[in-house]
Amino acid sequence: MIYDAAIIGAGVSGAFIARELSRYDIKIALLEKCNDPATGTSKANSGIVHSGFDAVPGTLKAKLNVKGTALMPKVCKELNVPFKQLGSLLAAFSDEEIKTLEMLKERGEKNGVEGLEIYDSKKLHELEPMVNESAVAALWAPSAGIVCPYELTIAATENAVENGAEFIRNFKVTSIEHDGSVFTVSSGENSVKAKYVINAAGVYCDEIAAMIGDNSIHTIVRKGEYMLCDKSAGKTVGRTIFQCPTKMGKGVLVTQTVDGNLLIGPSATDIDEKDNTDTTSDTLSAILEKAKKTVPTLTTRDVITSFAGLRAHLECDDFIIEKSSANDKFINVAGIESPGLSSAPAIGLYVADMIVSECGAKEKENFNPERKAPVRFRNMTNEERKALVEKNPAYGRIICRCETVTEGEIIDAIRAPAGARDVDGVKRRTRAGMGRCQGGFCGSKVVELLAKELGTEINEITKFGGDSKIIYERTK
Amino acid sequence: MLNYDIVVVGGGPAGMAAAIKAKECGVDSILILERAETLGGILEQCIHTGFGLQYFGEQLSGPEYADRFIEQVNALEIEYKTDTMVLDITEDKTVYAVNKKDGMLEIKAKSVILAMGCRERPRGALNIAGTRASGIMTAGTAQKYVNIDGYMPGKKVVILGSGDIGLIMARRMTLEGAKVECVCELMPYSSGLTRNIVQCLEDFDIPLYLSTTVIDIHGKDRVTGVTIASVDENRKPIPGSERYIECDTLLLSVGLIPENELTKNIGIGLDRVTNGAVVDEYRQTDHEGIFACGNVLHVHDLVDFVTQESQIAGEGAAKYVKGEKSEPEYIFAKGIGAVRYIVPQKINIKNDGDVKLFFRVGSTFKNATVKVSYNGGEIISRKRPRLAPGEMENVTIKNSMLREFSEGGTIEITVEA
Repeated sequence: MIYDAAIIGAGVSGAFIARELSRYDIKIALLEKCNDPATGTSKANSGIVHSGFDAVPGTLKAKLNVKGTALMPKVCKELNVPFKQLGSLLAAFSDEEIKTLEMLKERGEKNGVEGLEIYDSKKLHELEPMVNESAVAALWAPSAGIVCPYELTIAATENAVENGAEFIRNFKVTSIEHDGSVFTVSSGENSVKAKYVINAAGVYCDEIAAMIGDNSIHTIVRKGEYMLCDKSAGKTVGRTIFQCPTKMGKGVLVTQTVDGNLLIGPSATDIDEKDNTDTTSDTLSAILEKAKKTVPTLTTRDVITSFAGLRAHLECDDFIIEKSSANDKFINVAGIESPGLSSAPAIGLYVADMIVSECGAKEKENFNPERKAPVRFRNMTNEERKALVEKNPAYGRIICRCETVTEGEIIDAIRAPAGARDVDGVKRRTRAGMGRCQGGFCGSKVVELLAKELGTEINEITKFGGDSKIIYERTK
Repeated sequence: MLNYDIVVVGGGPAGMAAAIKAKECGVDSILILERAETLGGILEQCIHTGFGLQYFGEQLSGPEYADRFIEQVNALEIEYKTDTMVLDITEDKTVYAVNKKDGMLEIKAKSVILAMGCRERPRGALNIAGTRASGIMTAGTAQKYVNIDGYMPGKKVVILGSGDIGLIMARRMTLEGAKVECVCELMPYSSGLTRNIVQCLEDFDIPLYLSTTVIDIHGKDRVTGVTIASVDENRKPIPGSERYIECDTLLLSVGLIPENELTKNIGIGLDRVTNGAVVDEYRQTDHEGIFACGNVLHVHDLVDFVTQESQIAGEGAAKYVKGEKSEPEYIFAKGIGAVRYIVPQKINIKNDGDVKLFFRVGSTFKNATVKVSYNGGEIISRKRPRLAPGEMENVTIKNSMLREFSEGGTIEITVEA
């Protein structure tokens, strides 16, 4: 079979490109090197939908950010992904920083961001009493919001698959050949053929482009470390609170997450390895110190986990979304760092349009934009729960006690289109293991359910694919 | 809607002992709700011996100790539901729970006994740097894999934390053929029982490194090793002391946290040190008719003490249900200096029995004196050859003493070296 389009990388960009292309009557393959969608940059970032005042007017970042953020409420509704438009505040701690606020406000207005306002210290502290008294002003951006980045990516992937796209996991691209009309994209012995290739490989974009002789992309890998606090600290701030940006990015933020935790981070360190997501104790302490400038009461006591994510930065400080100079059927989607998550719905449209306008594909009549809402027992009323368990008793057995996740929800996550195949996949889809005990109690039960549903042995189950097996062998 | 005199949340050693005692005190309508598939709680996976020395005067394994109580629960025809999760408890003692068989349950109770136990501190709470590879788990999770499920979680193991579960698992993993490289303890002393250090580490030549911690975890997919380092008196790693140890598994035994999410939702006041409810001598919380006992109240080192404490709570709940408790007059108990906490935190001086105060010290002592004072005047002084953070202590306040006290007074316990 020859696909019309093969997308390399099931991160948030690849997933939205797949979803937008799946509106058309064409064959799509979404290729992912790992065992699940959203395992790279899209798994570990701030989860912020930015209003769009940071990017320099006229850049792709500026255009796609503002457009993506405008699309986000509708997209999240269609995909049944929680989105909270809480707004963001960028705090200034000196007169000089107030000038930065004014500059960013002007920049935002040029980019088409609506509702930007500069609040004085009084108004800032009325809204956010936990913010440091020494903050003198803040830039208020009402269109900003928060979303769970991996939930959004998984939902977009599911929706694409339901509309006919094929999700191929554990497909690490090792070579790409072009015979003049068709690409052969190989992963070791396996290969797929496609007329168009979309390179949405995140930090690996440069390596993928080089496979067709395009050496124009040079990704700088920037690591960001975060700390996640227990839900009991989730209400420390009501909105996303930024500090003034630096040349390394948007600085350390303090924010609620859509799931009600508190998130602190990120750091910004340029590194050489593309798979180094180690956290380091020095950096974690530094993040906390920086975050304390925003909220002085933060402590490590509430921290339940820490993590690091990598972002693909380019020298030009903009997204590159264009046909490769080496082959005009090969589209690079490179340098998708912040505001990449906010821009994703717009990136999907932008890339789909590039292909569809050229190949003249027709829209499908039966495209279904809606991804069925997953059951979320913890968010239900007791009446709803009663009815649910009567219908299916599997929802009456709680597996993860910290996050109140039922057996039924875990089975759903495994059986879903492009469903979970490992413990982390179940965790990202259901939150089982994401609470305060971090899987201490439910981990082994999730492993059992995975083995049963996938028809395999318990010691074959992994944490995140590859060699990440949880247990070795039967006891003597 | 179901109605019971007493609903016990948790069917481990605490919940069972409380329910049995309440039944023996004459309350018939009792329901135990247990989230696991069987009664017994964490004892079911503790297949080593050492349980029951204090209470039964004999060495039992965890399941054997639990069985003695399960038999009594059955003999006394106390009702219980397993595989049942309590979701919420309201201030007016309505308990919401769910299971596969009954679906959603709404249970009205006259009295509630909280016996949810505790959980292990995870890696995130320690902020250990490094990768997020597979092969990092709490000692208790590993214990379940080995003892209940019959699977080995690793072959070359480093254990961080010398709590009792960590020590027990060092021996268990060794007996199952794994190589335990070492046990690292951040503090200059172990928080585990002395007998466990001897029987689980020394007998198997497993090194215990005190004032040492894990500062980095290596390995992309599966753990390949850890970096350990000595720490100074402020528990900060000492540069130059780093050592790489090859391993495929890191087990964590770094503390237990009472599972008080339900307690907090009711609005019950907690003790900042124990992370459990503030209770009186019957283990009644600041919400009348709601009692707490076992590891949800404060973390115990011996199940025997859990049993004794839970019997007190069961008796208290029975008295409450039968309307036998009078208007209390409280005095307050306070640990001073090395005495980190005391349970119970308050005592009704109109109580007609003696009251045992349980406490824990924050550092080790040899040949020390435990002194108890009431409103500043010494009332008890006891020599102790050895005091350690890992071993809970107690003193008894005689009823004759209680009678002398007046409402609002303060009992203080201190330790003199």
